[in-house]
Amino acid sequence: MKLDIRGLSKAFDEKKVLSDISLHLDGIRSLVIIGPSGGGKSTFLRILAGLLVPEAGEVIINGKPIPTEESSLREYRKTMGMVFQSYNLFPHMTAVENIMLPLVHVHGYGQEEAREHAMGLLARFQLSLHAEKKPALLSGGQKQRVAIARAVAVSPSFLLFDEPTSALDPEFTSEVLDVIEELREEGKDLILVTHEMGFARIVSDYALFLDEGTVAAAGTPEEIFDYPAEERLRLFLAKVLKY
Amino acid sequence: MTKKWFNCFLRESDREAPSPCPSTLLNAFLVALFILLIFIFSFSRLEYDFHWAGVWAYRAKFIRGLGMTLVLSFFSLIVSFLLRSLFALGQKSRFLPFYFFSRFYVEIIRGTPLLVQILVFFYVIADAFRVQNRYVTGVMILSLFAGAYISEIIRAGIDSIGETQLETARSLGLTRFQQYRFIIFPQVFKRILPPLAGQLVSLIKDSSLLSIISVSEFTLNAQEVNAYTYSTLESYLPLALGYLLITYPISNLSKRLERAFSYET
Repeated sequence: MKLDIRGLSKAFDEKKVLSDISLHLDGIRSLVIIGPSGGGKSTFLRILAGLLVPEAGEVIINGKPIPTEESSLREYRKTMGMVFQSYNLFPHMTAVENIMLPLVHVHGYGQEEAREHAMGLLARFQLSLHAEKKPALLSGGQKQRVAIARAVAVSPSFLLFDEPTSALDPEFTSEVLDVIEELREEGKDLILVTHEMGFARIVSDYALFLDEGTVAAAGTPEEIFDYPAEERLRLFLAKVLKY
Repeated sequence: MTKKWFNCFLRESDREAPSPCPSTLLNAFLVALFILLIFIFSFSRLEYDFHWAGVWAYRAKFIRGLGMTLVLSFFSLIVSFLLRSLFALGQKSRFLPFYFFSRFYVEIIRGTPLLVQILVFFYVIADAFRVQNRYVTGVMILSLFAGAYISEIIRAGIDSIGETQLETARSLGLTRFQQYRFIIFPQVFKRILPPLAGQLVSLIKDSSLLSIISVSEFTLNAQEVNAYTYSTLESYLPLALGYLLITYPISNLSKRLERAFSYET
């Protein structure tokens, strides 16, 4: 994945959330973003997802700039897959219907074809038994895996994860992280915001530390996690790794 | 020993031991008996001679009135639902005149008595616009009235769909229309069915006020029978019973719907 960001800024009601971020990355397979709450991680990811439009600057992914017009943004969103912190499955649809919805209504699959494809993915994530259950009957880990299956189903050119394990009970964390690790090994490009430092260390081949709306530190996992040079990053890691 | 029987009168969750008797039946019977005794006592003190025969002769009139009440309420519900779906969207509208009109309308209708609304609408507005048919006017007034409440129900329903669901829908590439069709409406519809059924119950009772503009519904027919026979209680007691016969099944249904859909969230 090639990521080119120039002068990216975003504010909500006068409050600057991202200020003038520039970044050039090439040949990255998995990018991990860490940082304190309110540091701009989620906003950054939402801009990459085409859900928020920045005030200034531009983002070019794999040579294509992210559009700013709603109609072309919608086309852009079809090409990526996003997984949210709170699963965000639609509560009135079963697991398999959740996966089928974008396939049928956004990507032009037939009903049968979509069902077959969705069932295949559920089988792969050991969720076949739960295909006809509504989200209320699934555990947090199962819901998040269904959400990942939904994002993967449309064969996106890359995947975005917004703290995919933060809302989970600890016992379910590893089953979700296993799936993400598996996708990475398969060669899917991914960008991941996470508080799981151990996992971030293993899965990333490049990491960003976002603090107060800027990229306070960036580098390989060794540079970020093993030999942090930047003072704020050191403090942050000391805090999250204390216990 | 007495303690054991005491469990008959407790909720299932509060019982220390299983109830030794059919609790629901027993308690319902006791309450019914109590109410009945109050009524029997009150009526016995009344020194009133019931003349059911005179009223019985007009039974067809009661049934026609009841039918008309049902028809009026049903049409009012449909019309108000259609109109109000628009207004619920209006309150979320970015176009300010539409927004203010919606807010104004809801506040005025909810803050003034239906009786006054009926009089003003029928004798002033409908008259000025030359709408002669009092049944059409009646449905219009009831629709406007119920609509103010229904629009609040719908708006609350739409608001109850979390922002995160809509963000997810956008991230999947759904259009705005598809978001409403596949995500918002199916959930809103299920959530508002119970309060909507409750609103229908109120609507049926409120329609009795249309009697003041001589719409020949249930209440007006009872009033007329009273005027013909001079048998006030004999005319109005069947009226109460008739309303209860329609409203009880509906409110019962609404409670069942509420339970059926509650697992969703």
